[in-house]
Amino acid sequence: MRGPIVRGMVTELGHFALILAALIAVIQTIVPLIGAHKRWPGWMAVAEPAATTQFLFVAFSFAALTYAFVVSDFSLRLVYLNSHSAKPMLYKISGTWGNHEGSMLLWVLILALFGAMAAWFGGNLPPTLRARVLAVQASVSVAFYGFILFTSNPFLRMQVPPFDGQDLNPLLQDPGLAFHPPFLYLGYVGLSICFSFAVAALIEGRVDAAWGRWVRPWTLAAWVFLTIGIALGSWWAYYELGWGGFWFWDPVENASFMPWLFAAALLHSAIVVEKREALKSWTILLAILAFGFSLIGTFIVRSGLLTSVHAFANDPERGVFILMILVFFTGGALTLFAARAQTMEAKGVFGVVSRESALVANNILLAVSSFVVFVGTMWPLVAEMFFDRKLSVGPPFFNMAFTPFMIALGLLLPIGSMLSWKRAKAGRVVRSLVPAFMLAVALAGLVWAMQTGRSLMGPVGVFLGAWLVSGAVTDLLSRTGQSRDLRRLFRLPRADWGKAVAHSGLGITMLGIAGLLAWEQEDIRVAKVGEPYNVGQFELELQDVKRVEGPNYFSTMGEVSVRVDGQEVAHLFPEKRNYPVAQMPTTEAAIDYRFWRDVYVVIGDPQGQDAWVVRTYIKPLANWIWAGCILMALGGLLSLSDRRFRVAAGARKTAPKAGVPAE
Amino acid sequence: MKTLIRTIAALSFVLVSALAAPAVQPDEVLDDPVLEQRARVLSEGLRCLVCQNESIDESNASLARDLRLLVRERLVAGDSDEEVLDFIVERYGEFVLLRPTTGGWNWVLWATGPALFLIALLMGAAYVRGRSKAEAPNETGLTDDEQKRLDELLKE
Repeated sequence: MRGPIVRGMVTELGHFALILAALIAVIQTIVPLIGAHKRWPGWMAVAEPAATTQFLFVAFSFAALTYAFVVSDFSLRLVYLNSHSAKPMLYKISGTWGNHEGSMLLWVLILALFGAMAAWFGGNLPPTLRARVLAVQASVSVAFYGFILFTSNPFLRMQVPPFDGQDLNPLLQDPGLAFHPPFLYLGYVGLSICFSFAVAALIEGRVDAAWGRWVRPWTLAAWVFLTIGIALGSWWAYYELGWGGFWFWDPVENASFMPWLFAAALLHSAIVVEKREALKSWTILLAILAFGFSLIGTFIVRSGLLTSVHAFANDPERGVFILMILVFFTGGALTLFAARAQTMEAKGVFGVVSRESALVANNILLAVSSFVVFVGTMWPLVAEMFFDRKLSVGPPFFNMAFTPFMIALGLLLPIGSMLSWKRAKAGRVVRSLVPAFMLAVALAGLVWAMQTGRSLMGPVGVFLGAWLVSGAVTDLLSRTGQSRDLRRLFRLPRADWGKAVAHSGLGITMLGIAGLLAWEQEDIRVAKVGEPYNVGQFELELQDVKRVEGPNYFSTMGEVSVRVDGQEVAHLFPEKRNYPVAQMPTTEAAIDYRFWRDVYVVIGDPQGQDAWVVRTYIKPLANWIWAGCILMALGGLLSLSDRRFRVAAGARKTAPKAGVPAE
Repeated sequence: MKTLIRTIAALSFVLVSALAAPAVQPDEVLDDPVLEQRARVLSEGLRCLVCQNESIDESNASLARDLRLLVRERLVAGDSDEEVLDFIVERYGEFVLLRPTTGGWNWVLWATGPALFLIALLMGAAYVRGRSKAEAPNETGLTDDEQKRLDELLKE
């Protein structure tokens, strides 16, 4: 009987460590703040060890919960509800955060991790600023520890432990989904550090170039994680949900998209603060808004307010608690901002045509588009509360109201990114971009001539994609100087490469989305075994349908041959699975991934003898959507690895390290 | 996390529709490709009432199938697109419309983007103009009075 005793010990220690971490966070909030105000070095010095210990305790707590999942300790209510002893190890581990309580524990773990990293790498920050940043960061932690301990405690025990658990939803037992929440949280919570820097700077009453330089790597890291997290979720939807949709403008998706847009705006405006000491108060406001929208996102997802009664945290107590956290931090920070923003005087002077102005335009487009998403997401609630109308705001609205801003962004980006600081010569930049522009127009024209339909979407997407990529190449080439010495390219700062790669990524994603939406082909039919049929240029034949038994499911597996001009190009096995324990059918689409197109085959119900419903989709450029996201994230990482950050600012090795413990 | 929610939603409609069959079925498809195309476009804009933020075109629920068939029935009967939508809104309320109308206070929703953009553009332009006209702070970082005093001292 020693096993259960050890397990119980670990669980209780984890619970205890969580409470200790909460108490340390309280100390970390109060002492350094007073210390910084009174200029008492001893009190300020408390922040750093407190941040480290707080992180260690919460890390232990999280490890204890993970352990409980790994050894299937069903005396824990949470494990009983969300796990099963026969589940594969990967999903036992990912089950730790695949539920409300565990995911909130992951949230505070990452919060404490970022706080600790700010302490470790913040050696060159002014002592008062560092003390205040860590104190503000800890105050956010305090709120979330309270939330966990009082409303969502993962360590609650059951009096009589059951023999086995209730298992995790089979749809969630997927590698793509296992890592989707941690990345998303690293992004959401990463923005908390920017928030802490902003609030600390407001208390300090001082924002200068150095501040911009300290904040930027954190923003970049958070944005990279958000990009990866969103892309993973979208890719999962594409291959798992059975019709290849990749973005639904669902409230919970929007919840992650709004902070992404704000983070993108913030990481650009922080450049202006760093290089030109302008846009200071706006950047502070953006930092507050970016994290504020992360909190709104958490509120939307956790309260289940906008996602109907089926959302898993439909307990109003939790929703109200998070709403209070949201109001306190965002409201408090905005009040502080209103009181102090005037003191931050801009120094940099720049002409109307300049990089600074271009980045102002970038910020306008990103911030306004994010607000459009916000208003669209909240409108059903507003309409119901104030006008007594039950209505929906769905994809048609967002496509119409949001897309124009992205098109404008894509059009301006290559020009804006090449303008020089202070005062730019627009004529020269425009002239150097003529080849890129001509190339983009030519490609769009070619596509327009080749396509059968009259949709403008495809050609516009091709134009934007080609324009952004060739614009980025032009920008890089222009850095080689008059001599066009290509060897110089390799000596460029990594930030320049990061910029080019990330901007190309945006273009490729835009191209992928437009191409997929404009040229997708769909075929729904009753296919007889052995009777080939044509979809577009492809000939498909359902060759066989078998009953297959998996480890914990039964499957109806079709065998489909895909041919072009009689040559087989793919042999696909679409499945329709049934999980008897969970009483749940899932479709497992079979996808032939190719550079130019995916062939996406789904098998449905039997229709008489040897005949089945088969859906076939030809999805052109589908992979480009996620390839573009990967490029964007890669561009961010390249910028993050730039020498300037390592040498100057205190954010050494931010991104790669941050990912490890939470995975 | 969004995907977790989505899955919960997926679970919920599985419960609602005991016989889950994926989206548009071959037997629903109309013979006339033009009418069918119109039906598809219309059903992409109609919400499945028992699902979570899914159109009837994507949904597996049996209620969504009924609605798809209803749309096609009305189209075959010769209704225009508007008439079909009116017919369905009359029965199920404006909640079914994924694209909200512009009626009532909804104009606020539709105007938000353009209005905010205009305001932001004006503010941005004012800021940029202000910056381009601002005096560059002198290199020494001294105020005018201090600079004057320094000049006097240096003259002596």
